[in-house]
Amino acid sequence: MKKLLDKHSLPVRIFHWINFPVIFIMIWSGTLIYWANGVYKITVANHVLFKFYPPSVYKALNIPYRLAEGMSWHFVFMWFFFFNGLIYFIYLIFSGEWREMIPKLSSFKDAWSVLLHDLHIRKKKPEQGKYNAAQRLAYTGIVFMGFGSLLTGLVIYKPVEFSYLTTLLGGYEAARFQHFLLTIGFLLFFVIHILQVILAGWNNFRSVVTGWEVKDDESVSENEK
Amino acid sequence: MNQSQRMKNKMEDKIQTPEDKFKILVRRKTIRSFSIFFLLILGAFGIYRWTITQPKVDNAYAPLRKVLDVNSKIFARGYDNPSLAKEFSKNSAAGRVRVNGKYGLKSPLDSTLWRLKVVRFSNLAPLPSDTIVITIDEIRKLPKTEVVFNFKCIEGWSQITWWGGVRFSDFAKKYSIGTRDNSIPDTKNSAEKLTDYCGLITPDREYYVGIDMPSMMHPQTILCYEMNGQPLPENQGAPLRLIIPVKYGVKHIKRIGTIFFSDSKPPDYWALKGYDYFAGL
Repeated sequence: MKKLLDKHSLPVRIFHWINFPVIFIMIWSGTLIYWANGVYKITVANHVLFKFYPPSVYKALNIPYRLAEGMSWHFVFMWFFFFNGLIYFIYLIFSGEWREMIPKLSSFKDAWSVLLHDLHIRKKKPEQGKYNAAQRLAYTGIVFMGFGSLLTGLVIYKPVEFSYLTTLLGGYEAARFQHFLLTIGFLLFFVIHILQVILAGWNNFRSVVTGWEVKDDESVSENEK
Repeated sequence: MNQSQRMKNKMEDKIQTPEDKFKILVRRKTIRSFSIFFLLILGAFGIYRWTITQPKVDNAYAPLRKVLDVNSKIFARGYDNPSLAKEFSKNSAAGRVRVNGKYGLKSPLDSTLWRLKVVRFSNLAPLPSDTIVITIDEIRKLPKTEVVFNFKCIEGWSQITWWGGVRFSDFAKKYSIGTRDNSIPDTKNSAEKLTDYCGLITPDREYYVGIDMPSMMHPQTILCYEMNGQPLPENQGAPLRLIIPVKYGVKHIKRIGTIFFSDSKPPDYWALKGYDYFAGL
């Protein structure tokens, strides 16, 4: 016999689905801005391994010559990013949901087992709970990354007004680089997140819309059967 | 409800096992949640469609322009204790200073003929007598201020550069300009007398900027005639350009021809092309 078990609270689902288009717009408009001075590249021994971004990528995504447009979207949607993130953070603290989310001391070690399991190297299934060790690290990490994007973004936006913060982050150009790195981090998170959601299946995905999951009465999760 | 329908319902009830009922419940709840979900997605797309079909104000979608103007108010500069751009030592200044804009510099410069025209504030159309004509030598005689700061371009690059000239607030006091009654500007005791904006235009009127007065009267804002301790090169805006460290490079107009004061926003070259008007840092 199966039953419905609550998984994601309504506020968390709302924060999640507001965040998705907001981050999409922030990364897209941020790329329109970055293009105007797209200086970052991976270089090994004077050889450019990868340029962020190759002209073909810019062309395919229709990025070039849209700096003003990018800035106008970026500096409007920064407010949604800020408030959604802030309220989410406050909600996590006051609802106590942070307890299911922050890494435990063992999480750093256990995340490795999760990785080995997910890569089909290790058979033994790691402890899941609401979130497994890797998820705890990822979902807590992304909150701090968001906080980092906010601070580095603020320094790039108003480096004189927030000059103490500018100095703290190592200067204007350092902040710009950190902001870019965090964006790459968000993109990597997104790719892995989507892959994991696909692998976890419909029951799991549905829960972030409906709030509940179908579980066996013995409280054994679907994919362990 | 007729007889046959009732029969049918009864039969369906009979064949429903608890598992079937559970499946129906799950399906019903799923459909309900996803209907709301898709309606919200549609709503979001609706808002996006609405935004990009709004008329553009100075080349930015009207709703976005509105928020940009609100942002300017939130981050607006005051006259009291303004934040200063960080200053660096002269030997950390770049020797080769990046040249980025040639707007307003197309016609050849005859430095002997060049004059700065400053138009005093007037509620009526300004009369010829409202214009003060100033030579570069007169400007050079005023107290010199130097600033070494990280020049920031709106494109994203920045460079530590060293400039010299007269502080605009010193210049405004000397010529008694920038106030509505053309009294000597005093940012401490009677800031309310200052006009809201200052406009600057190149001699050929090809490039022009509008700047809020608190930024213009900022202690690091200078009318600049020197770079790296040398006379300003032509491609850097000789004989006189604006250096305003609290703004993006687009506001640092080269080869200034005319300066005027206004309570409405003076036209601004890049703001008309979709950029933020304030462009403050």
